[in-house]
Amino acid sequence: MFRRFTVFVVLALAVALLAACAQPTPTPAPAAPAQPEQPTPAPAPAVKELKILWAQWDPADYLQQIGNMYEQETGIKVTVVQEPWGSFYNLFATEMAAKGTTWDMVVGDSQWLGQMTTQGHYVDLTDFLTSTGLKDSVTPATLTYYGEYPTGSGRYWAYPTEGDANGWAYRKDLFEDPAEKEAFKAQYGYDLAPPKTYAQLMDIAKFFPRPDKGLYGVAIYTQKDYDAITMGVQNTMFSWGADWKDAKYNVMGVVNSPEAIEAVQFYRDLYDCCQWPGGSNAFFTETNDAIISGQVAMSMNYFAFFPALVNPGTNPNYYDKIGFFSNPAGPTGKQHAALGGQGMSIISYISPERKQAAMDFIKWFGREDIQAKWAELGGYTCNANVLKSDIFLKATPFNPAFAETMTFVKDFWNIPEYGQLLEVTQREFSKFIVEGVGTAKETMDTIATEHDKILRAAGYIK
Amino acid sequence: MGASSGAKQRRELSDRAIVNFFIWPTLILLIAWNVFPLFYSLYLAFTDYSAIANRPPTWVGFGNFADILTDRQAWKYFATTGRYALVTVGLQLILGFGLALLVREKFRGSGLITTLILVPMMISPVVVGLFWKLMYNPTFGYFNYLLGFSDPRFGPDMLAGRFAGQPVPNLALWAVALVDIWMWSPFVMLLALSGLKAIPDYLYEAAAIDRASSWFQFWRITLPQVAPLLLIAVLFRTIEAFKAFDLVMGMTGGGPGDQTELIAVNLYRQAFQGQWRTGRASALAYIILIIIIAVSNLYIRYLNRMRGEHT
Repeated sequence: MFRRFTVFVVLALAVALLAACAQPTPTPAPAAPAQPEQPTPAPAPAVKELKILWAQWDPADYLQQIGNMYEQETGIKVTVVQEPWGSFYNLFATEMAAKGTTWDMVVGDSQWLGQMTTQGHYVDLTDFLTSTGLKDSVTPATLTYYGEYPTGSGRYWAYPTEGDANGWAYRKDLFEDPAEKEAFKAQYGYDLAPPKTYAQLMDIAKFFPRPDKGLYGVAIYTQKDYDAITMGVQNTMFSWGADWKDAKYNVMGVVNSPEAIEAVQFYRDLYDCCQWPGGSNAFFTETNDAIISGQVAMSMNYFAFFPALVNPGTNPNYYDKIGFFSNPAGPTGKQHAALGGQGMSIISYISPERKQAAMDFIKWFGREDIQAKWAELGGYTCNANVLKSDIFLKATPFNPAFAETMTFVKDFWNIPEYGQLLEVTQREFSKFIVEGVGTAKETMDTIATEHDKILRAAGYIK
Repeated sequence: MGASSGAKQRRELSDRAIVNFFIWPTLILLIAWNVFPLFYSLYLAFTDYSAIANRPPTWVGFGNFADILTDRQAWKYFATTGRYALVTVGLQLILGFGLALLVREKFRGSGLITTLILVPMMISPVVVGLFWKLMYNPTFGYFNYLLGFSDPRFGPDMLAGRFAGQPVPNLALWAVALVDIWMWSPFVMLLALSGLKAIPDYLYEAAAIDRASSWFQFWRITLPQVAPLLLIAVLFRTIEAFKAFDLVMGMTGGGPGDQTELIAVNLYRQAFQGQWRTGRASALAYIILIIIIAVSNLYIRYLNRMRGEHT
């Protein structure tokens, strides 16, 4: 009896499994009316659909529109699968751990490059990008940071897709107000305008706080959770001439150089004097909210999040009163911005046919006319010619600042151990800047020591 | 014919078969989703392994455990978690029991009040975190307003760990603990209330005849009778405090600095978030598990001893 029952259960489970795995049978369509004879269609492509994973945000919608154009031209459907930012990395990484083939391509963060390439998840695109000319069509900085690993090796793993970097938004109505301009000039001796140097930015940040009116100087990144505060601080570090490493991956004396210490102290001073209250755990949503709600005169953010500021739907009070500027220069005139943005890579576990289809799509997407369309929709192209074009520069109020910024971007580490390095910087910067504990020197000494330890353990420093 | 065939089928599905029908699918699921990962992660705890690195685990023996137990930061996170557990569970116990004593007697609207008190623990911790972030906002939040600080420059910024711009040690940890207490004191109240309602009236009547004072009745009747249930509440809340994650991530992300970096938050950071140190994270998870089992065992022994004394 029990045996019969077991057989029954096994059979039932097998039937249920088969039913679950089976494609639903399409309902027969009603008979179509007779049509005049059509010309013989082109042979159907072997790959009928390409799936691209990206984070859930506006540029992914724009990419879907580009994908729809591709479907119209080739018959290959392109689906952009969107995952919220908070789980985007974890979802992709776990899929790669399982050598999954759910998606054909991913528009992945620049920081992932080391991890994804050394662990074999991305297809090497060096020959493809070279032979198609795509390598030379994008700006050199974007090719280096979004596509190349190891840096300087000449090996490319991604096509620079969504350029992005930190920039600033400011309240034009305040900056252009005659009374404010007069008061500012009387106090600081020069005209109130978007700052060209960090010293000017500090002056303006200190000029605007009016707590009785709920107005403060700046909204800068301070969030500890993932990488926000590090991205914010490295804007100043790079512009002060500091860096995370030298050419031989040494960090002692580099991370804790006098320039780095001074830059971090500047960020802390900016937070202390002028950050809006409640901005102790701020990233892109919070800094945008701060300027939308009229609480700050200037806000730091990635360019990709600026469209919300000029949209009457999301910024009803100030959408026509927001201006934009690039990161100002540091004390010695160096000017840099922390890199955001992503490159498009092909997953190494998909079939050769799908890899070829994915390359065909990237080749088409990299065409200058498609890149112009991509920019027109709101995507941040990395195509050098499109970036320089008048159409692009006039398309949005922030595009000129973006085009300028993309010439001086710099990035954090992108080696597989970047997560460990990031944990240290996030903790120490948050402790010094937000919590207000310790000195800039102690902070940078601690970061240098711990980074050195991690890099030695991983074999980068002997 | 039909009736006899149906009766035959009913006979064929014996009690044993029905038991198997219900038990085996559950057992298979439990083995696949609980037992196997438990043992596999135990194995991984002794290896150098990253779930996204395309290479097999490498046996390192007790290397991960030694690495964690000699890591100054890890000890700091354990200490923070211990402080957090002590403060939250202690205050939840006092407040929960106090509330239970207040709503023990029936009065007009007592049902409604009891229900309202229970509302916080019915809300998702992430929602609670976001809600309290607004409450703590130094500009428009209710918290500073109630404390009488209308100018954010001179009041506390709870989640930044500062007061009037100056750092205050553990202020952010207290801010998160306060929310946990607000959220889970009703749970302790609920358990205490069920204990209070189960105390037989004759005990109090006998004490009243002997002219025992209210304090004496509380100390000698109420508390001993409710203590086993309170201990169960403490056990549950201690375990939860060691696993506290969503509330902290929603409110502070572990900051500022590492003020609210509880061990479960750090475990998540090591297991995911760009690190994927699966072997080390598994070892850390087992260390947390051993601590929870040890603490739980202490409670359970004490609970059993208490029961032994009562029987």
